[in-house]
Amino acid sequence: MSARIVPLAEAVAELVHDGDTVALEGFTHLIPVAAGHEIIRQGRRGLTLVRMTPDIVYDQLIGAGCAAKLVFSWAGNPGVGSLHRFRDAVQHAWPGPLEIEEHSHAGMANRYVAGASGLPFAVLRGYLGTDLPEHTATVAPINCPFTGETLTAVPALNPDVGIVHAQRADRAGNVQFWGITGVHKEVVLASARSLVTVEEVVDELTPVPGAVVLPAWVVTRVAHVPGGAHPSYAMGYSDRDNDYYRAWDEISRDRDAFREWLAGVTA
Amino acid sequence: MSWTADEMMTVAAARALRGDTRCFVGIGLPSTAANLARRTHAPDLVLVYESGTIGAKPDRLPLSIGDGVLAATADAVVSVPEMFNYWLQPGRIGVGFLGAAQIDRYGNINTTVIGPDYLDPRVRLPGAGGAPEIAASCGEVIVVVRQSPRAFVDRVDFVTSVGHGSGPGDRARLGLRGRGPVLVITDLGVLEPDPDEKELILTRLHPGVTVEQAVAATGWKLRVADPVTATEAPSERELTTLRALTDAKGSTA
Repeated sequence: MSARIVPLAEAVAELVHDGDTVALEGFTHLIPVAAGHEIIRQGRRGLTLVRMTPDIVYDQLIGAGCAAKLVFSWAGNPGVGSLHRFRDAVQHAWPGPLEIEEHSHAGMANRYVAGASGLPFAVLRGYLGTDLPEHTATVAPINCPFTGETLTAVPALNPDVGIVHAQRADRAGNVQFWGITGVHKEVVLASARSLVTVEEVVDELTPVPGAVVLPAWVVTRVAHVPGGAHPSYAMGYSDRDNDYYRAWDEISRDRDAFREWLAGVTA
Repeated sequence: MSWTADEMMTVAAARALRGDTRCFVGIGLPSTAANLARRTHAPDLVLVYESGTIGAKPDRLPLSIGDGVLAATADAVVSVPEMFNYWLQPGRIGVGFLGAAQIDRYGNINTTVIGPDYLDPRVRLPGAGGAPEIAASCGEVIVVVRQSPRAFVDRVDFVTSVGHGSGPGDRARLGLRGRGPVLVITDLGVLEPDPDEKELILTRLHPGVTVEQAVAATGWKLRVADPVTATEAPSERELTTLRALTDAKGSTA
């Protein structure tokens, strides 16, 4: 087995440092939840957490006190409601203050594209007329040099560490994923270091319709973590655990219930 | 068959979708309505979810915009940057179907914060997601939202997604290419922008609802069309189909 495939705890210890900018991505699918729990267990602090859709795993990281700042575009429990640990941090600074940098999905997706492309910024038709630019310094108007039209620029995102879950890797560390691929490719290519947790390590990556392959040489570490996306899912391996998302609403509403949950993770 | 106000709202929203339309679907009420439309009068309706699923044909309601059933039944699954850049931004999607926490008299939508202070909000909401660009770039926008004075406010606390700005001509001035909100469908009736003033006015009432109720559920001085038309009651087929969809909601089977 190639050296780049390492146990999850070792990968997190090596790649994620206090104060880093870390992006755990996965657009409702292939979310690297187990890696998030490992970051909690290892007690990282002062992280700038980046994610389009902070959901349960970021609610957990925020509640556990790992985050100093959140860069995001939609922070909710999909189909259920609010993220109560996120709300508690923003509204009551619990367990500490949380700085926020807020975008739209189109803006965040384009920021990753710019990061992956080695460009300083991306251009889009977005944010026009909204109150977001007033509160988010990383949104600025820009004139098209050819037509003069006013568009919007957003700076590239280049996290220190990008983390995603995928269906499988081969023994050389080439990674393959399919289904809803979100911004998986972009975040891995935009980040200085990357970690991919996988359902399965196989001898050969047989082709799958619509699948994306990331060559081993753009992935820093791979960890074999079956079920590592739970309660999200890995198409072809598991189903989304909608009951868990509903149950989280109850756990996260109450600081004591959350502390109890947290004790279970760090035990 | 009797029905609830929410069911009437969902049925009315479903009826607003024509079969030859491509519809960008937000999760929650809009998704329920769009799936009802596809299962009743609009079988060819193309459902587009921001997770990158184009032409999804779910056999049960997805709980999230990224449920596996959407990817498994889609005509095409694309990445999220592709979804926003290639499909939404150029105006390929006819209808944007959105919800709202707050909506104002010009159809501007807030899903970000409640309260005057962004940094110290009374309630922190999830935020923008795909909505600002859906509201900007779809051919037109339909909003589905329960009507109450808390939700229907004179001015939204935060403009997350632009409706008609502060009145006529604002969308063009801002460079927004879609027509913006054309219908706001609630549990009481339907509001539409006045063609000249762009202010939302009450144009339709659901069965059993009075003008007074709609006015009382609105945080600005609601203007009422003359005459106000009446929504046709939900048919048995609509209700049966809707209940079959919602009963199976989010099942993990």
